[in-house]
Amino acid sequence: MARKVSTQRKLVMSAIAWTLGIVIFFPILWTFLTSFKTEGEAVATPPSLFFFHWTTENYAEVQSRSDYFLHFMNSVTISLGSTILGLLIAIPAAWAMAFAPTKRTKDVLMWMLSTKMMPPVGALIPIYLLFRDGGLLDTRIGLVSVLTLINLPIIVWMLYTYFKEIPGEILEAARMDGASLAKEIIYVLTPMAVPGIASTLLLNVILAWNEAFWTLNLTTSNAAPLTAFIASYSSPEGLFYAKLSAASTMAIAPILILGWFSQKQLVRGLTFGAVK
Amino acid sequence: MATTHTRSAARLMMAPSVILLFAWMIVPLAMTIYFSLLRYNLLMPGTEEFAGIMNYQFFLTDPAFFDALSNTLILVGGVLAITIIGGIAFALLLDQPIFGQGIVRILVIAPFFVMPTVSALVWKNMFMNPVNGLFGWLARAMGFQPIDFLASVPLLSVIIIVSWQWLPFATLIMLTALQSLDEEQKEAAEMDGAGFVSRFIYIVLPHMARAITVVILIETIFLLSVFAEILVTTNGGPGTQSTNLTYLVYAQALLQFDIGGASAGGIVAVVLANIVAIFLVRLIGKNLEG
Amino acid sequence: MTLKTVLLGAVSALAFCGIASAETLTIATVNNGDMIRMQKLTDDFKAKNPGIDVQWVTLEENVLRQRVTTDIATKSGQYDIMTIGIYEAPIWGKQGWLAPLDKLSSDAAYDANDLLPPIRSGLTVNGKLYAAPFYGESSMVMYRKDLFDKAGLKMPDAPTWDFIADAARKITDKGSETYGICLRGKAGWGENMAFLTATANAFGARWFDENWMPQFDQPEWKKTLDFYVKLMKDAGPPGASSNGFNENLALFQNGKCGMWIDATVAASFVTNPKESKVADKVGFALAPDTGLGKRGNWLWSWNLAIPAGSKKVEAAQKFISWATSKDYLKLVAEKDGWANVPPGTRTSLYANADYQKAAPFAKMTIDSINAADPKKPTVKPVPYEGVQYVAIPEFQGIGTAVGQQFSAALAGQVTVDQALQSAQQLTEREMKKAGYPKK
Repeated sequence: MARKVSTQRKLVMSAIAWTLGIVIFFPILWTFLTSFKTEGEAVATPPSLFFFHWTTENYAEVQSRSDYFLHFMNSVTISLGSTILGLLIAIPAAWAMAFAPTKRTKDVLMWMLSTKMMPPVGALIPIYLLFRDGGLLDTRIGLVSVLTLINLPIIVWMLYTYFKEIPGEILEAARMDGASLAKEIIYVLTPMAVPGIASTLLLNVILAWNEAFWTLNLTTSNAAPLTAFIASYSSPEGLFYAKLSAASTMAIAPILILGWFSQKQLVRGLTFGAVK
Repeated sequence: MATTHTRSAARLMMAPSVILLFAWMIVPLAMTIYFSLLRYNLLMPGTEEFAGIMNYQFFLTDPAFFDALSNTLILVGGVLAITIIGGIAFALLLDQPIFGQGIVRILVIAPFFVMPTVSALVWKNMFMNPVNGLFGWLARAMGFQPIDFLASVPLLSVIIIVSWQWLPFATLIMLTALQSLDEEQKEAAEMDGAGFVSRFIYIVLPHMARAITVVILIETIFLLSVFAEILVTTNGGPGTQSTNLTYLVYAQALLQFDIGGASAGGIVAVVLANIVAIFLVRLIGKNLEG
Repeated sequence: MTLKTVLLGAVSALAFCGIASAETLTIATVNNGDMIRMQKLTDDFKAKNPGIDVQWVTLEENVLRQRVTTDIATKSGQYDIMTIGIYEAPIWGKQGWLAPLDKLSSDAAYDANDLLPPIRSGLTVNGKLYAAPFYGESSMVMYRKDLFDKAGLKMPDAPTWDFIADAARKITDKGSETYGICLRGKAGWGENMAFLTATANAFGARWFDENWMPQFDQPEWKKTLDFYVKLMKDAGPPGASSNGFNENLALFQNGKCGMWIDATVAASFVTNPKESKVADKVGFALAPDTGLGKRGNWLWSWNLAIPAGSKKVEAAQKFISWATSKDYLKLVAEKDGWANVPPGTRTSLYANADYQKAAPFAKMTIDSINAADPKKPTVKPVPYEGVQYVAIPEFQGIGTAVGQQFSAALAGQVTVDQALQSAQQLTEREMKKAGYPKK
């Protein structure tokens, strides 16, 4: 190590960092703990952090009422499906933008991003009518295509910034060897771009998993993902904090765990061209 | 020549993305523009008729419109300020050698994975509620009158919740940028006797300019259409104090089912968003060039 | 021979598929306790009606309303049975969006005459029943007997608003977090406006005059809102402007409210010892009046209806008849006890001795429901129906926007006069936009 750091300083910094980290994480921890309380304890004052009667009745209740597995599988299908489809469409575009830029490349990119700025609710009825006529309401295919389109700009943008970092000489060399364009992309570019693609994939799976407007409004039961599952536990008549916490924990746990396990990959490619 | 060949190939490769996004933009847009010129309420079928610019007139003269406009800007600006400053602070902290760095990082990035609806529900009920919430309890335990967050500072409450969700993203980007800063550069500055503050201003901050730009760009896109957090916590109120443009359009579309009015609102929002986009392009153009 | 067998097999397989898939009912409902209980009892229905399968879509009230309204207005046909409010039923019935429940009205065993008259009439358009009530409610006063005793007060069965206000101020002890009265303050046509509209009726106010002119500039509304805001300031809990039904329920169950005026269904929650700390200390009284002849008690019911054009009307009617029948009440009573049966739909339930014993709030509930008159809700004449709402399609939007203003007045962000002025303006605007007065 080049820099020497006194243990004392390290201790102080650690204490600060840990305190702040726990404060940031606390709402999630609190939700998790509340999910093991009874409804009465969940709203009791003073609240108790750990010393309450631990119960799993909320999970049992949630499980008996809704088909968690169905919603979970829908979430997986929709978020993975839309991301992979998005990647397939976006990789060539990002490649072209990064390696054969024109004067208008930046404008095209910005235009793509600006399509994300329309408030979705303004377009709900047109899309709903189109979906009705196309028989796409409450289908996974319908949702996959909408989420693909919604996240496509971000995917293109992320890949573009990542591809730009790849030195052009390597491609030149490949071209010298007589590689065709397709081969160039498959054998040369893609392996180098794997970290960028991986983190794009992760980020977009997260975004698609948490998307709650379209997924809620365009599904009823067969294709309903976890966002719809949550909507059946928020604010009924009567107390609901504990059951809501249990449902919330079940809805966010998969993506949280995925995020934690893959955080290295996520961070590695999540530069958006911020690093130069 | 290779370049012409590459260029046409490039066009071909961009085509699917461009065409799809164009269709995704133009079809709903055309329908929305069409609807915005009609008197069209979903609840009263058979009364549709051409209404000219009536819907725009009503939307733009709505007393709530200017509130919504300024709330949107305050919301975006507020969250950007908090997440950027907070993100830099966290990044600097996490860049230090500390015990259990990996775990702290996991704790800090966790909010990013939480669904907006869930986080809004949790904050509203378990923290900000002045009677049953944790903040209220803390205030009383320390002998203060609990603050009624959602009623007395509604917009700030929404800003806090949204900032909590986006802080991890800013932190991650800033941290990546910070870690790419040349170790030797930092050391050299330290040798020269530069204090923390001057090192930060003259070396770290310029280096982070691009990261900050990126955070502004990406977050703005998402923050312009913040919706679930407002719906769950304040319903845009009290009055119109936490109504943003998206929420205003929502109220037209899904409370009144006034599709004409909502479409006009949607179009107004798109125009405004594009003004922001042009502004952003200028900003990005400067910082991301090269 | 072989070919014939194969063909036969194929045909019967097809026929079987046809039956199986034709008979899956998709039912949209609210995530309230009584509906969840119905969901859990589905097996009983399936056992009695083999060949009909049921798929549930359970959503939070606001989301449900948006989803169901979008679906029916665009004729998307995603649901076979919808749970709708007594507000929507007549509007949608008039639009021709709902299939009339003729089978139920004519079925002697179902006994439609047993349905509570105010609710049945609210669901009927031109003599046809368009939705069947699953549970019904009115509003009433719930109060803490122990706190009243301590303060030396006695709650009459039919209190006035002056008495309520006086008692609330006497009971309030902010030091020990005891607030005299908890009332709705959260903006929404079904939240604070339900309470305030009903209360305004008792104060002699009305939403519109006979020519559909908004009446927020009239002294009756000012009196109502002044009274409400002052009372809540003196005797209400902090954060009242974001309290809806649920928030107040949690407060009351935790013993923080001396009185709570809200839906009668709350009675079974606050007297349930598993959830409520004050279960054995709750008394009930009619919603208060001001001596003008109208009480501030509303009328609401959640109902099951079938969208017009549905291809599964027959199966859907079977389900609705099951879920809203006398037998269903018995089924719930057997499984979970009489106190938990869905209240407020059938006269026979209130004549049942077992129910009266199990539900101390039964009498007050039925009296409150019968005292509500959606056809003549106000002291002065009005062109609309509905106690705590105005039964026109525009009301959801207007009611919520006005609710925002009143919520802001309660939070102290604007004065009562400003709130009323804004309410008047925005209602005038919206009504003009919607083309009122309609001939």
